[in-house]
Amino acid sequence: MNKPNKDIAIHCDSVSKNYKKVEALKNICFDVKRGEIFGLIGPDGAGKTTLFRILTTLILPDRGMASVDSFDVVKDYKEIRKCVGYMPGRFSLYQDLTVEENLNFFATVFGTTVVENYELIKDIYQQIEPFKTRRAGKLSGGMKQKLALSCALIHKPSVLFLDEPTTGVDPVSRKEFWGMLQKLKTKGITILVSTPYMDEAVLCDRIALIQNGQFLKIDTPKSIVTQYQNKLWAVESDKMHKLLIDLRGNEMTRNCFAFGDKIHISSPLNPTKGDLKTFDKNKIEEIILNNGHKNVIISEIEPSIEDCFMQLSQK
Amino acid sequence: MTISTKTSNYTHPSGAGGLSTEKVIIAEQLTKKFGNFTAVDNISFEVERGEIFGFLGANGAGKTTAMRMLCGLSIPTSGKGTVAGFDIGVQTELVKKNIGYMSQKFSLYDDLKVWENIELFGGIYGMKDKEIKEKTDELMHILNFENERNKLVGSLPLGFKQKLAFSVSIFHNPQVVFLDEPTGGVDPITRRRFWELIYDATSRGITIFVTTHYMDEAEYCDRVSIMVDGRIEALDSPKNLKKQFEAKNMDDVFQQLARKAKRVDS
Repeated sequence: MNKPNKDIAIHCDSVSKNYKKVEALKNICFDVKRGEIFGLIGPDGAGKTTLFRILTTLILPDRGMASVDSFDVVKDYKEIRKCVGYMPGRFSLYQDLTVEENLNFFATVFGTTVVENYELIKDIYQQIEPFKTRRAGKLSGGMKQKLALSCALIHKPSVLFLDEPTTGVDPVSRKEFWGMLQKLKTKGITILVSTPYMDEAVLCDRIALIQNGQFLKIDTPKSIVTQYQNKLWAVESDKMHKLLIDLRGNEMTRNCFAFGDKIHISSPLNPTKGDLKTFDKNKIEEIILNNGHKNVIISEIEPSIEDCFMQLSQK
Repeated sequence: MTISTKTSNYTHPSGAGGLSTEKVIIAEQLTKKFGNFTAVDNISFEVERGEIFGFLGANGAGKTTAMRMLCGLSIPTSGKGTVAGFDIGVQTELVKKNIGYMSQKFSLYDDLKVWENIELFGGIYGMKDKEIKEKTDELMHILNFENERNKLVGSLPLGFKQKLAFSVSIFHNPQVVFLDEPTGGVDPITRRRFWELIYDATSRGITIFVTTHYMDEAEYCDRVSIMVDGRIEALDSPKNLKKQFEAKNMDDVFQQLARKAKRVDS
């Protein structure tokens, strides 16, 4: 057995989990450093929630071992439950208790009081405090989210697990929520957070891209972007939908997808050829213009995390 | 690209109403109050046949309430509107018959087979058995779903399910389909393939009314409206909106508008 390492908040070694024939997690290995915001980025059904449930000791892994705060998820489950905060994807507070009652309840269960740890939740809780006598079930989505986060924090956990806290949340509230997480980080809380929104990846210190129960990549967002293996081009014209169809029909530009107001074309690097960059661009431009497009702009661009995810998931 | 000049070969099931209008949705000063709370505050807009209309707004801005009125599920407190040519205040049953609906939260029954789901929804919309059978064969072929026909929907990958859910929502050939956050939670490639399906549908003259929290998807719409505190604060093509708000993308536009919200929820 390894010695407990104070700098590692979460440790996962070859964790696998099956549901009958479905391999929900395949051989997951990763560490989350103390004080880090670590993001699990991937679509529904990738295995994010299963991993959360194993780490919060709600289900057992079939194989492998994992620890949180150096406590083993199987042997020391009672210790882990004391020191982690968990906000599940589905709202799971008591709908028929008021805002205040929910918060008091969770504080009491963990042997503490709201007053004792108020400082930690103050920024978040103050926004819903005017509604503290309202039943949780009657709150709007945004307020429920803030209450759930307050309840997950009220015992001052060392590690916070947030399972898709921003799913279905509008872009403004999502930004606000990530602001709250950055503040919690400065208070020394380690955060493991999952999200299907690729644009949130850059707000994490490190991320794991996950799909079909496997990690495609673990690294800092910046490093993942620099490891992008293809050349990426952004193209636009006056007829965007036709442009997509036209580009799909060509072998050079088959791997293309809409990206907001542009189309991204991913083309493999070919180091044996000289000036591939110029060659490609002119040829593509000619093809597009011949198809009757106007206002054509083609430029080489830096990939986003979403581009990286798409490339890695297509392998 | 608006395909408003395209003539639809759609024949109306009731034989009346829903006439040749090219405005598939018309909302005039539509308002909904709950007690003294005005959820939807005097909104007016029109959507043309074959258009992709993006309906954006922060949580709590009133999108769902507005959408429920347009689907004939909630009667406006004041103002009026027509959908597929029917009055949303009076002809709610005809409105329901002539629209399609799909959301990420609810679309198909997991414990029914693929063909059973299609038959159920086709039947609900009053389609004849023979027509359902023929169109099911055709759909299975187009989607390359022949091997999945007898599988339980719950056993399909999310991407498949979504494709099927969308196809089922337009199976009865509605004039307009309402998509409520249809792409939540799916992987980036599936999400984009889904939009390609949407484009396909519009090229057949179906009108799309869609809500989303993905701002890149707002760019795929012909026109976009943004609701703030129950009112439509902006409505134009993504290109014009970006110009108007001097924004580099639709996320910028959205952030500028939604931050003005005064309701507690946002």
